[in-house]
Amino acid sequence: MPEADVARADWLGVSEAPPAAFALPGLVRDDFPVLGRHVNGHPLVYLDSANTSQKPRSVVEAMSDHLLLHNANVARAMHTLGSEASEAFEDARAKVAAFIGARTEEVVFTKNASEALNLAAHTLGDHVGLGPGDEVVVSVMEHHSNIVPWQLLCQRTGATLRWFDITDEGRLDLAAAQEAGLINERTKIVSLTWVSNVLGTINPVTEIAAQAHAVGALVVVDGSQAVPQMPVDVASLGADLLAFTSHKMLGPTGLGMLWGRYDLLEVLPPFLGGGEMIEIVRMEGSTFARPPARFEAGTPPIAEAVGLGAAVDYLTMVGMERVAQHEHLITAYALEQLQHVEGLRLLGPTEAVDRGGAISFTLTSADGFDIHPHDVMQILDSRGVAVRGGHHCARPLHHRLGIQASSRASGYLYTTPDEVDALVEALDHTRAFFGGPGSGGTR
Amino acid sequence: MSVESMYQEIILDHYKARHGSGLRDPYEAEVTHVNPSCGDEILLRVHLDGDTVADVSYDAVGCSISQASTSVMHDLVVGQPVSEGMAKAAAFTEMMHSRGDHEPDEDVLEDGIAFLGVAQFPARVKCALLGWSAWKDAVAHALAHKEEA
Repeated sequence: MPEADVARADWLGVSEAPPAAFALPGLVRDDFPVLGRHVNGHPLVYLDSANTSQKPRSVVEAMSDHLLLHNANVARAMHTLGSEASEAFEDARAKVAAFIGARTEEVVFTKNASEALNLAAHTLGDHVGLGPGDEVVVSVMEHHSNIVPWQLLCQRTGATLRWFDITDEGRLDLAAAQEAGLINERTKIVSLTWVSNVLGTINPVTEIAAQAHAVGALVVVDGSQAVPQMPVDVASLGADLLAFTSHKMLGPTGLGMLWGRYDLLEVLPPFLGGGEMIEIVRMEGSTFARPPARFEAGTPPIAEAVGLGAAVDYLTMVGMERVAQHEHLITAYALEQLQHVEGLRLLGPTEAVDRGGAISFTLTSADGFDIHPHDVMQILDSRGVAVRGGHHCARPLHHRLGIQASSRASGYLYTTPDEVDALVEALDHTRAFFGGPGSGGTR
Repeated sequence: MSVESMYQEIILDHYKARHGSGLRDPYEAEVTHVNPSCGDEILLRVHLDGDTVADVSYDAVGCSISQASTSVMHDLVVGQPVSEGMAKAAAFTEMMHSRGDHEPDEDVLEDGIAFLGVAQFPARVKCALLGWSAWKDAVAHALAHKEEA
């Protein structure tokens, strides 16, 4: 586990004293074996953490230990191993709750953030009796996971889906929303991303939640990109429900979470039916368990929860203030360096103000051709630099920006300024590769 | 497996030239194919004159591989009997699924053999096949349309 280690903190080199602010990666990188890999003959530069984060050894070891020595089903198995498994699973829930300032019984485990948002759409739709004339509000910068469940809900109920537009800088256009009366007495649900997975924009969700509550609407926040990177206190967030996911915060895939105010969870109907979500089942009808069990039908991802618990321990030991500070600094550094790359156009805020760590961009070759993000990705990958190219599950946002796709670099607590430099160097190489006559390979 | 073997100069030339790009009349069938994972899209029209592929016109957005492959396809099938075009489509598809372990027939695939290097990158094979799958689909529609008429 990371501790202040002066020798390791000197990773930037002797001639240039490292800013203390960039010390974090030097303290944690050894805990992530994959970061020591070479890819295509180059040291791996992993800049796809908004897609999924890498995992520290302690997370994998916790899962392996659980599966090898404590494996049993939870809640149903009454023997010793069953108790150990149930305790480990519920411990993980308690850790997550403490991590976000919630009560333990307010944390619902799901398959992923998408399922958490689908759970929210289904149960809130029933709860508020959504129908024609009612409105659901999202934004154009949402991930498909926070668009499609609401589209489906509106199709089922006859309600209307409306959305926030964005400004040219990539922030929610609050003025236009105000003018258009976007949030009004017909609004029943507002569901917004806290941090954009493409633009990096941090949205004023607390302010918008207050507006929504003032008209009696319920507020869902997609925290998939936020919870991994900043301290979270659900009590002051202002949301009614918060969805997030394990695998972007050092934990394993296959596990998502929905936090909800307990008094709201208590009055929401079940989502999926099955084992452990019931109270009494009769052939004529059933009654249901109290939250969170009500929303956790079937055998849950147990080892994954144990792994997430270890991830939360890791982040807590590092300190989320420190994680957030590092993200801010590395983002500011990357934004500054990327603006020196010719032909590169940044999407979203170009300064690290109210901005998370996802940095998306387009790239044009020297002879004026748009280099497609998949081609950018391919050339970067050939130099060990892993970024994501495509629409990042946010096609409406790309359409709004007038482009088809973009490239995205995203770091985490282990990302170094050297890796940003490697990205910049590889982007220059990419421009040259696609640069004009005589470019490309020959045989 | 080098990235240079994927991005042959022929491919980059076709990417920039996009032979046959643009939508033209007349046509008997028009199809849209997409690659949902990356967002590549093609709207493609086929005009048959008897059994001959008289024109293939298209409006497409996507990566260099999908664009160049469509440009090469245009050159390979236009002016050919439908059966010959289908044979080339089959030969190209076979090469793309070879993982690069293949000796393509240059007489059949001409510039298309440059895509052998792409076949080594499984994630990009679907890019190279986007235009071809749209073309096969459009021809099937055009032939069905002819039978109905």
